[in-house]
Amino acid sequence: MDPITLSRWQFGLTTVYHFLFVPLTLGLGWFVAFMQTRYYQTKDETFRKMAKFWGKLFLINFAIGVVTGIVQEFQFGMNWSEYSRFVGDIFGAPLAIEALMAFFMESTFLGIWIFGEGRVPEKVHLASIWLVAIGSNLSALWILLANGWMQHPVGYVINAVTGRAQMVDFFAVITNPKGWIFFWHTISAGLATASFLILGVSAYHLVRKTNYADLFKRSFQIAAIVGLVSSVLVFLGGHTQGQYIYQTQPMKMASIEALWETEKPASFSILTIGDLSGKKEVWSLRLPGFTSFLACNNFNCEVRGVNDIQAEYEQKYGPGDYIPLMVVTYWTFRFMMLTGLLMILLSALFLLALRGDITKTKWMKWVPWVIVLPYIANSSGWILTEMGRQPWIVQGLLKVQDAVSPNLTTVDLLISLIGYAVVYGALAAADFHLMKKYALAGPDAALRESVDVESVLIGAQD
Amino acid sequence: MSYEFLQTLWFILIAVLWIGFYFLEGFDFGVGMLLIFLGKKDSERRAIINAIGPTWDGNEVWLLTAGGATFAAFPQWYATMFSGFYLALFLLLVGLIIRGIALEYRSKDSNPKWRSLFDWMIAVGSFLSALLLGTAFANLARGVPIDGRMMYTGNLFTLLNPYGLLGGLATVAVFLLHGANFLALKLEGELRERVYNLSKRLYIGAVVITTLLLIGTYFYTDIRTKLGVNPGVTPIASYAVLLLTIIFINRKMEGWAFVATGLHIVLTQVTFFMLMFPRLMISSLNPDWSLTIYNASSSQYTLTVMSIIALIFVPIVLAYQGWTYYMFRKRISTKKDSLVY
Repeated sequence: MDPITLSRWQFGLTTVYHFLFVPLTLGLGWFVAFMQTRYYQTKDETFRKMAKFWGKLFLINFAIGVVTGIVQEFQFGMNWSEYSRFVGDIFGAPLAIEALMAFFMESTFLGIWIFGEGRVPEKVHLASIWLVAIGSNLSALWILLANGWMQHPVGYVINAVTGRAQMVDFFAVITNPKGWIFFWHTISAGLATASFLILGVSAYHLVRKTNYADLFKRSFQIAAIVGLVSSVLVFLGGHTQGQYIYQTQPMKMASIEALWETEKPASFSILTIGDLSGKKEVWSLRLPGFTSFLACNNFNCEVRGVNDIQAEYEQKYGPGDYIPLMVVTYWTFRFMMLTGLLMILLSALFLLALRGDITKTKWMKWVPWVIVLPYIANSSGWILTEMGRQPWIVQGLLKVQDAVSPNLTTVDLLISLIGYAVVYGALAAADFHLMKKYALAGPDAALRESVDVESVLIGAQD
Repeated sequence: MSYEFLQTLWFILIAVLWIGFYFLEGFDFGVGMLLIFLGKKDSERRAIINAIGPTWDGNEVWLLTAGGATFAAFPQWYATMFSGFYLALFLLLVGLIIRGIALEYRSKDSNPKWRSLFDWMIAVGSFLSALLLGTAFANLARGVPIDGRMMYTGNLFTLLNPYGLLGGLATVAVFLLHGANFLALKLEGELRERVYNLSKRLYIGAVVITTLLLIGTYFYTDIRTKLGVNPGVTPIASYAVLLLTIIFINRKMEGWAFVATGLHIVLTQVTFFMLMFPRLMISSLNPDWSLTIYNASSSQYTLTVMSIIALIFVPIVLAYQGWTYYMFRKRISTKKDSLVY
């Protein structure tokens, strides 16, 4: 395999992996902050234990997000040096601001939150978890503004001498609607991810009727409400995004829908079978007018097909293949939509069930499985967004093939790719082990002093 | 503000970020490496980790910010260095990952094998990170093969030359001593005594390797011929404070000993950046192909925007990070109330 393909695989895999952990961090922080605030206000022990229990899971998950995040920041320069040269004047700014404004905040205050209980004033301890939640969400904002610029470049000119993008309007970069819609979509997805984790874990304990029935019932209640609201918000954010994609990345829109020819009104494909190359339609079942609705919020507008756009791009950018890998964009969109809809339905159902005694419902023992839903939706969504932009790395300005570091060899990339696979695999195993252990053990394990000091002696020699 | 002024300002700012990172994460790496040698019992290891527990993550952000600032202010430098040092940086990332995750996970399972494994990961990760950073910086001072299109033409083994490795070892040795001095400041009782005994030996190692590095620098870098900014007495002062450290260690003045190694690290880094200025990466192929603050920087507009943002946020960050150290200023014993969190 050539270095470009390997670099793409490496970036894709490490990014999707990183984003398995990020949404939970984004969402769960708010929950823990809320629970601890309720304890601060009411001095109700249940809230303290709640904050401790969910806080423990938050920490286990947070650690992986942090260490894999460093890789993300370095990879732009390591694997995509020509990209970094081309966009550095613009793209570097939000990244630097992210570190300065958000990373410092979340890391510093997380340290205070972990070690501060009983050592710093209670108010400071409470404030620190809020600052962690705000910090991590702020970091999401800056990285999404950076990514938004790759999807929809604004506030720049191309320098005639260097041929590189140059920032001329910082305000345009930080108010890029693309980035802000991403932000809306992502933080509500984070909240939904956390809600479904809480729903699933609480259900596990409610079925087993442990000592903490009250704690888990309250957790379930809060998560059902937040889960419903956030899932709906994710959906609306996604729908709004559809209209921006229609305007700014018509090829992505068309490839999501496997829409080969321009249609007015455009139908929505329920199932399309393509040929083996993934680039031609063989058979499809369609819902009339629905793609028009996704693209421009009415059932009548014209949505341009892949063939038309390809022809236009060839004229505009020269010969080449401007069509993303449709089998990926088409299916990831459907996975995302289906799981998203299911999450809305399920959280509504949970809310309704809460009017009675949920512990007596028969389906409760199946609820822990809902935890996987947001993970499918989150990963599909990102794969769709990034793959749908291909062959561009910066929409309309720079292609992926021109962005890779020219000095890297296949051997370099095989070493790093295999290395990441081994390290990340081990991380996942450790994370899963601890998440499961603490989630199943219940609040007592999270409360018990984590250092069982004298019980374990390692290499005791004196 | 003139373009040249902004370029110089960002050179200084990035230098400050690296210096801050070396000073802070220097003792974190040192403590991490010392963990398995100093801590015999689990409670002792926990005490040692708790000395850096609340702050190590915040300290590491200095590196991330240095990386981000380099990307924003000198994209060419970021692109050439990060792609050029590809495998070295990959190993650095592995070191940072296994250390970071182990610091957070080692106590979350009471299985002795689990803890022992993660403690080794902390030590190895810290060692690897310090070694690679030192090697990279020594190579920056020495010059690396960069062609006329700002492309690095070497490979990993280009960096593993004697001078580069000497820089890596010196960084490890100094961080070990710096970490020991920090622990003497944070711990108490028998553990602290053990730190003292160890730091006397670490001192000898640090002085020997630093002396070799100094000699190597005279021969391997262009310090004799082309000075960026004349560093004056900075390198001598840096060496002198390192030599003085033993006086403080012997008198058990751990505060001063920590200040001394800290100052040594700061002054060494200051010397490095003065020698470099205005160059960012020296080309060993042709001096004209070196990356400088003039040919590698962002536009004047971007530098202006970033300057305003840095002016607002750097003081805030410094204030709350400094305040964290104040909050956790108490010494840590191996008693339970000191260890639980």
